[in-house]
Amino acid sequence: MLGILNGRVYDPLNEVRGDIRDIWIKDGQIAPPEEVSREEAEIIDATGLVVMPGGVDIHSHVVGAKVNSGRKFRPEDHRDHVRARTSFTRSGSGYTVPTTHLTGYLYAEMGYTTVMEAATAPLVARHTHEELEDTPILDIGAFITMGNNHFIMQSIRDGEREKARDYVGWLLGATKGYAIKIVNPGGVENWKWGQNVSELDDEVIGFGVTPRQIVTTLAWINDELGLPHVPHIHGLNLGQSGNARTTIETIEALEGRRAHLCHLQFLSYAGDRGKRPRSGAAEVARAVNEHPNVTADVGQIVFGEATTMTSDGPLQYRLRQLTGHKWLNDDVEGETGGGVVPVLYKRKNLFNAVQWITGMELFLLIDDPWRVFLTTDHPNAGPFFRYPHVISLLMDRDARAEAFERLPSRARKDVLLAELDREYTLYEIAIITRAGTARALGLKNKGHLGAGADADVTIYADLDNKEEMFAHPRYVLKNGEIVVRDGRLIQERPGRTLHVAPGYDPAIEADLRTHFEACYTISFDNYPVASEYLAQGEEIPCGCV
Amino acid sequence: MSARTSARVIEHVVCSFCGCLCDDIIVEVDEGEITRVRKACASGRGLFTRYDPTPRQPTVDGQEVDWKEAIAEAARILDEANSPLIYGLSSTATEAQRKAVALADKLGAMIDTTSSICHGPTDLAMQAVGEPTCTLGEVRNRADLLVFWGCNPAVSHIRHFARYSVMPKGTLTPNGRRDRTVVVVDVRPTSSTQAADLFLQVQPGADFEVLSALRALLREKEIEAETMGGVPTAHLQEMAERMRTCRFGVAFMGMGLTQSRGRDLNVSELFTLVAELNQYTRFCVIPMRGHGNVAGADQVLTWQSGYPFAVSFARGYPRYGPGEFSTVDVLARAEADAALILASDPVAHFPRVAAQQLERIPTIVLDPNRNLTTQVARVVFPTACYGVDAAGTAYRMDGVPIRLRPVLPTVRPTDAEILDQIIETVQQC
Repeated sequence: MLGILNGRVYDPLNEVRGDIRDIWIKDGQIAPPEEVSREEAEIIDATGLVVMPGGVDIHSHVVGAKVNSGRKFRPEDHRDHVRARTSFTRSGSGYTVPTTHLTGYLYAEMGYTTVMEAATAPLVARHTHEELEDTPILDIGAFITMGNNHFIMQSIRDGEREKARDYVGWLLGATKGYAIKIVNPGGVENWKWGQNVSELDDEVIGFGVTPRQIVTTLAWINDELGLPHVPHIHGLNLGQSGNARTTIETIEALEGRRAHLCHLQFLSYAGDRGKRPRSGAAEVARAVNEHPNVTADVGQIVFGEATTMTSDGPLQYRLRQLTGHKWLNDDVEGETGGGVVPVLYKRKNLFNAVQWITGMELFLLIDDPWRVFLTTDHPNAGPFFRYPHVISLLMDRDARAEAFERLPSRARKDVLLAELDREYTLYEIAIITRAGTARALGLKNKGHLGAGADADVTIYADLDNKEEMFAHPRYVLKNGEIVVRDGRLIQERPGRTLHVAPGYDPAIEADLRTHFEACYTISFDNYPVASEYLAQGEEIPCGCV
Repeated sequence: MSARTSARVIEHVVCSFCGCLCDDIIVEVDEGEITRVRKACASGRGLFTRYDPTPRQPTVDGQEVDWKEAIAEAARILDEANSPLIYGLSSTATEAQRKAVALADKLGAMIDTTSSICHGPTDLAMQAVGEPTCTLGEVRNRADLLVFWGCNPAVSHIRHFARYSVMPKGTLTPNGRRDRTVVVVDVRPTSSTQAADLFLQVQPGADFEVLSALRALLREKEIEAETMGGVPTAHLQEMAERMRTCRFGVAFMGMGLTQSRGRDLNVSELFTLVAELNQYTRFCVIPMRGHGNVAGADQVLTWQSGYPFAVSFARGYPRYGPGEFSTVDVLARAEADAALILASDPVAHFPRVAAQQLERIPTIVLDPNRNLTTQVARVVFPTACYGVDAAGTAYRMDGVPIRLRPVLPTVRPTDAEILDQIIETVQQC
């Protein structure tokens, strides 16, 4: 038992706005005060400190095949960024692509306790789960890429969306995944022909379906299965000038169905295709504001080293051609693809400056903090441990103006950001970093401090220097255990794997056997990830259909 | 359960012998013995039939001891060592590989895998220039041009042609073999060249030159020489054209590139050629990883340390040093004063100077079978064989992880269990 007394509590899901409150914890959960024996409880005196639920990251690439390829082919990323083992922690290395144990420590030390792995190809989901067993402290769920899946596209083509629905239900259970991920729908399949898609009504080669059909079908399936999260969409034309238009068209194509648009910054550029980009944040933010069915995370650029890694095969190839950097590509049979390319975001680079501006504008122009979330699409736009830096910019217009002034003058001309003086409050920061993300993910026991919630709590010193405040919390509790004290990790605990097991018509399995024999190199029986990989699993219930 | 169990047929068994990890093996078991193995190649059949799962006691200096005593002796050896080495990993499951890296971390040891004498140069090339790759199902379904460079799958990966590359019918290759062109590049004719439509014979040591010539021809540079590395330039011109105009090409490469003059530079040149081909068409490369789970060893070492092989934890954090921390070099320089060998037989494969060093220093071996290394080892743990009498995970050559399911009951302790007990017993460095 544990009590956190006299802290200034920010708990937006329970509408607690910086009031002085006591938080009581019993059996790893937040408990009503009357159920706790105060004499026996360990007490944290939080007088003068800020108390929030543990951070919940809605989109980050931390484990699995693609991340590990990124680690493997970037020894130059690790050499100067190491951590030595201690009596209770493992050693590690890596800056933009840290090793599994180090990833757990770095997130926990920043006050984050739940993270969503943003893209796992179904065929290699077992790899993701193996790495999760070696990623301590954090509760993690994995999004499963489905936007270029042959069985789904065949079902759409044949007018059998119920088949696709049952398949998705089976697939999420078979991969022990958490949500439907859509990456460049149809474009990754076309990349296997050396091509791409650029419009919602382009054709996917060999299937005669369109990106629009893939998105709307998966959005329908998501509702039918009652999944806790919504379809998590990385749209068309990522990184291209003028992609704000296809992003807005994608929002409209949903026709009111719920969806999450990830790393929206990369998909919000105005200007003509192939020409100099401008921020299209104003138009995209307007569309988000007008469509309460969508949420978004920003994918804010932070200047410095990054490693781009997406399931968007043609995008990664384009980045290779643009940067001349080493390039990793991985096409996955019948399901998806992907790639990895290192990048360096430079303040003096015009395009990178526009990207920075676009992200900032999205944060400031999307009105409802419950629908816009803090991410750097780690490690695509920068490493996750730079979140405190982004928070400091959001909370302080002067700091923002100062950073803006350091951009090249060409990037600063006629830019809306210069006029935006909105400053995020601590309450709003608590929304965009935990309460809002937990709600969007459908994690009812995360992101708040009401009775019954998982006792994941972060306690910050109340500093004017917000970057320092959020970089080094005084205490971090995971399931009621103190894991960070005075900014230092004091114990390592296993994290949990969050997964769903939607219902589906088992008749689909006969079709899948045929499909596997025709297309795969692994048998249907050896494909599903069994429970032996989920020693610490937690099934998140699906709603009723 | 009665002692007598009825005969049963187990389907979809995974063979963990080589990097193909064929998962369609049918094993028949009667009264606790494997009576028949179907669909497997000769090597794979041997994995199941030559292994004797009868429990054996561990030995210290050739004398049988109980498990506790052997663990204590292994821990004592590792604790007393200043510079212990852990080597092997490629023929065990990732569950054990994860423990091996954890042990190395705790001891401040060096850890290295069989990659360092095999596809280590492939890893270096990937780190230099990247790697455009795909899974084997993409080869089955799409590839209309296959190039086997410096590898001999007909001998080393016996079912590769039939299951994954040359023969299988796929969605865009409905006629199987007839829908594909197969090219073999090697320094001499091999069993694999018999399956090829085209054989390019390269002078030994001239792979880099030939690859560079192909890159130049692809860029429409003129080559005046009549031959390059022993291959007529006209043939190379034709080859470049074939590669440029195929629908989906895949290059498979092996130790003919990694262990001949040029090593990682040869591989970098091939990977770069493949990357450049994507300006014209789609082209991928897949290294022909040898041992059943050597790809998994790369993966595990990478997610735990950041590096795929040749890692030292001596300073408390991982450092990468091919040539410095790679096992043959470490042993040849007598820099290790104790060794733990996991699922590998280095005495049979290493240069003599390195193998002899393993006899001089106290060596601990975990292996299901007796081999040359167990003969010189101080401590030997006869462990279960993953995929035969123990469950675990292995990674195919294309990175696809597959569950190894046992066909016999697990009676012997597994590598992971023994390593766990050693970890519990040794002192923190």
